[in-house]
This record gives sequence, structure tokens and C-alpha cells, in this order.
Amino acid sequence: MRGGRFTFGRRLVPGIPFLWLVLLFAVPFLIVLKISFSEVRLAIPPYSPLFDGHGGLAVHLHLSNYAFLFTDPLYVRSCLYSLQVAAISTLICLLVGYPMAYAIARSGATARNVLLMLIVLPFWTSFLLRVYAWIGLLKSNGVINNILMSLGLIHQPLVLLQTDFALYIGIVYSYLPFMILPLYSNLEKHDPTLLEAAADLGAHPFAAFRRITLPLSLPGIAAGCLLVFIPAVGEYVIPSLLGRTDQLMIGRVLSDEFFENRDWPVASAVAILILVLLVVPIVLLQRVGRRELGAQR
Amino acid sequence: MRRTGVAARVMLCFGLLFLYVPIVSMVVFSFNNSRLVTVWDSAHSPTLRWYSELLSNSQILDAAALSIAVAVLSACGAVVLGTLAGVALARFGGFRGRTLLVGLTTAPLVMPEVITGLSLLLLFVALEQALGWPRGRGMLTITLAHMTFSMAYVTVVVQSRLAGFDESLEEAAMDLGARPLKVFFRITLPLILPALVSGWLLAFTLSWDDVVISQFVAGPGSSTLPMVIFSKVRLGVSPDVNALATLMVLLVSTGIAVASAWLSRQNRLRERDIRMAAATNNLPGA
Repeated sequence: MRGGRFTFGRRLVPGIPFLWLVLLFAVPFLIVLKISFSEVRLAIPPYSPLFDGHGGLAVHLHLSNYAFLFTDPLYVRSCLYSLQVAAISTLICLLVGYPMAYAIARSGATARNVLLMLIVLPFWTSFLLRVYAWIGLLKSNGVINNILMSLGLIHQPLVLLQTDFALYIGIVYSYLPFMILPLYSNLEKHDPTLLEAAADLGAHPFAAFRRITLPLSLPGIAAGCLLVFIPAVGEYVIPSLLGRTDQLMIGRVLSDEFFENRDWPVASAVAILILVLLVVPIVLLQRVGRRELGAQR
Repeated sequence: MRRTGVAARVMLCFGLLFLYVPIVSMVVFSFNNSRLVTVWDSAHSPTLRWYSELLSNSQILDAAALSIAVAVLSACGAVVLGTLAGVALARFGGFRGRTLLVGLTTAPLVMPEVITGLSLLLLFVALEQALGWPRGRGMLTITLAHMTFSMAYVTVVVQSRLAGFDESLEEAAMDLGARPLKVFFRITLPLILPALVSGWLLAFTLSWDDVVISQFVAGPGSSTLPMVIFSKVRLGVSPDVNALATLMVLLVSTGIAVASAWLSRQNRLRERDIRMAAATNNLPGA
């Protein structure tokens, strides 16, 4: 597709998706930024205009929404809690997902395809329904408690639902494939002769793993961790269905500000706050992730 | 090596159990007669009671119809936009604004859903105020929102498929005098057809599954199926949702099986064509 004659077509092909994303992704983001600096009003839409009608360019910047976020401990605490939940879930995903990816990468060609299919299949079935399935397992007269009681291991049903435990299970369960796939696509490319050489030279298998496989798989680890961590921070559905009711995650706080309190400016300020939290991981993912993502799909 | 291999395999088995036990339990309890859902009523089970209740629940049926319409429309739109972006990124070299386009197509992949939902709603509200369009919120706004985030996924799929082929076929057609549009439809499109199919399926699933973004951009009176399910299950488990889940699992696994059979057939045919072309032209392998 070279040659100067086709410049119009050459501009059109990237131009259409570009325009679309500017209009429906970049501009909306600027609107959020703008509204986060406006005042809440009892009107439709419920925020004050940023530019007043007479002065034209007189911009009213209200920093009150941001000041509010840092004076009410609810918001800072939710942020810290979200970061903690996301970090711990990512760690569990890594500890569970790494051996799984390793085992898949080391199996024969046919088994490998079947296993990959088994990992991806739940990802295609409804995310919401898979999270819902855990309510049936974890609630007080749910499957797990019924089994434990009938085995005589416990006499009172355990409180499992609406706890941190349930939240971690839900997040790990939903995001495990996102950890396994980039790890697998990295581990699969390793040259097995490296490990053979290490063994020939007398290296203990564990030492060989630690000094060869693990360092080589670092880009896969980074991509997998970021793919779990970033969406987990802003997660809304899983904590609403499985998590605690006394400590909300920041995504839920945003949604409550918007739908329950109808405070669009504060909701927008919370959105900006989440983005600030995520800007470093997102930039990191842009660096390592695109290569790793491109390799697996 | 051997011992780590065994440990990893044990972990793999547990991991797969972890992934599938909840789904299996949902399927099993969908045939349970008891309203308590997880307490098995052995006297009256298995039963199809919840399936028949499901099929007479007009709220769920309406929501399912809306969800299917939105998913089909947004998947088609996302495939068109994603293909344009994918082709541009994989084949156009370093055009002006490429870095920006890369950023714009990857950002929706990682943006938390609550933020995407909020920002799109604020856009639609601002547009309605300024231009009077789109009037109110419903199917149109949900479809536009879904197109925007799923096109990013289609872009990745198309771009990585194109990265697997070198440009020699397209260049050969070009050298023989074919115009770019013809090259695209005769050479590039057939090559990336499997990517378009899997991209479409991915976009369809993402739309069919989305609850957070829909909740923001849907107006009152237009509820997609995940929105209805979400508001139902927030109040606890309900037996007809189990039946619905079972139907969806069945549908998805059939769809995936058919699609992957078709994709592997396509790949086999293509490899055969390449071998035949190489043999007839007496050239070293393509």
C-alpha cells in the first residue's frame, strides 16, 4: 500500500477509527475532567456550567470537589482498600497461575490445545453469571457450608459471603485467565535446551528454574500482573456481589456518588482520582503489554 | 525439573477444578425444585420448572432481545472500526499520529469500566444538550458505547493476525497493477477473515456480558439482560437465574466449538493452498 496516488485512502483508513476514538473516548474524558471542577446543582444535568454566559472566557474552577475527597476519610480509605485488594489478588493469581501456565507449556501439543481451551472457555461465558455462581457456593446455606456441615466438620455455618475472603475468591476466579495466558505465551517460547544444558552442568532443577526460567519469564509476569491489577482496582461487580458492605471499593464509591447521591461533580473527581492511581501501571502495560498481548491472541 | 513438573501439574488440576466447579454447580442446581436453590430437594428434582418460568418471564425475554440486538449491531460496527485501525497499524508503517492511535486503541482495554461508563454518559448528556441528539438514552447509546470498547479488542486481534503475514502477497498484487481497494478485498480480507470472525465473536461476547457500562449509558426503561440479572442477584440467588446461566453456558460452548472447528478448517485449507501453490510454481515454500 505505497505510492502517493492513494493519499486520500491512506488517510481515511486510520482516520475513521481515530476520529471515532477521539469523539467517544478522548472527548468524554475531557468532559469528566471539566465536570470534576464544577459545582453540584439541583438541576438537569446536575452541575454548574464551567464557562459563564456573559464573560465568555471566565472559567470557574472549583477545587472544592477534590478538597472534599481528601477531607472525608471515606475516599482515601476506599482508595487504599482497592489498591490492597488488587495487589493481594494479583499476587494470588500469580502464585496460582504461574504453575498452571508452566504445566500447560510443558505438556504435549494436543493436551496443550485442550488445556488452553479449558482456560479460555470460562472467559467466554458470562462474567456476571460466574461471579453469581459463587454466591450459591459461599452463602450461609450454600453448597460449601452444606458439605462441611454434613461431614460434621462444622456445626454452625461459616460466614463466607460478604467478606474479604469471598472478594478475593471472586477476583482471582474472574481474572485468573488474564494471568495464565500472557505467562503461557512467554513460557511456551523458552528453549528447552537451556534447561538441559543447566542440568548437564550439574545445576539443581530448582536452581535452573530460578536462574533461567524465572528471569526469562519476567515480561510475562509483568504483563499478567498488570492485566489483573489494573481492572481489579476499579472493579465494581465482584465487590458488589461478594464483598464487604462496611468497606467499599473505589469503583463502587464512584457509582454510588453518581446513582445514589446524584453528585456528578464528585463522581467525576473520583474518576480522575482512580485514573491518577492507575496512570503508572497503565503506562507500564503500554510498554510491556502490547508485545505480550499481541503474541497471545 | 521432574518434581517441579509434578507440582505444577497438580496445581493445574486444582486450578481447572476451581474454574469449573462454580459453573457445574450452577448447572446442577438449575434442575433443583427447591426455592432455596442450594438445598437439594430430592423428592421433586430434577425438574425443568425454572426453565419454563424463565420462558414466561417477559422482563427477561425483553432484556434478552435488547441484548442480542445491541450485541449484534455493536459487534458489526466494532469489526469495521477495528479492522480499519488494525490494518492501519500493521500495514501503514509510521504514519502521522500513529503513536496517538496506538494509545487510543489500547486505552479502552485497560480503562476501568466505571470510568468509561461515566465518561460516555456525560458525553451523551452534553451532546443532547448541545445538539439535541441522541435524544434520551437507550439502545442507540448502549450500542455506541459497546462499539467503542470492543473495537479496541478487534484492533488487537486483526493487527496480530496481520503481523503473522508478511506483505509480499499484497506487494505482488500491487506490482501486477491492482489498486489498493482491490488488493484489500482480494488479498488482505481473505487472509484476515479468521481474525474478523474471532474479533466479531469477542466483541459480541463483551457486549452481551457488559453490565457496568450499560448501567451508565442506558436510560430508564431500557435494560439489557446483564442489567436485569445484576439487579436480581444483588438480592441473593434466584433459581431461574441458574436456568438462564445453564442455557447461556450451553449456547456459548456450542458456539465456540463450531467457531473453532471452522477456524481450524480455514487454517488447514490455507496451508494446503500454500503447499499447492509452492508445488505448482516449483518454488521453495511460501
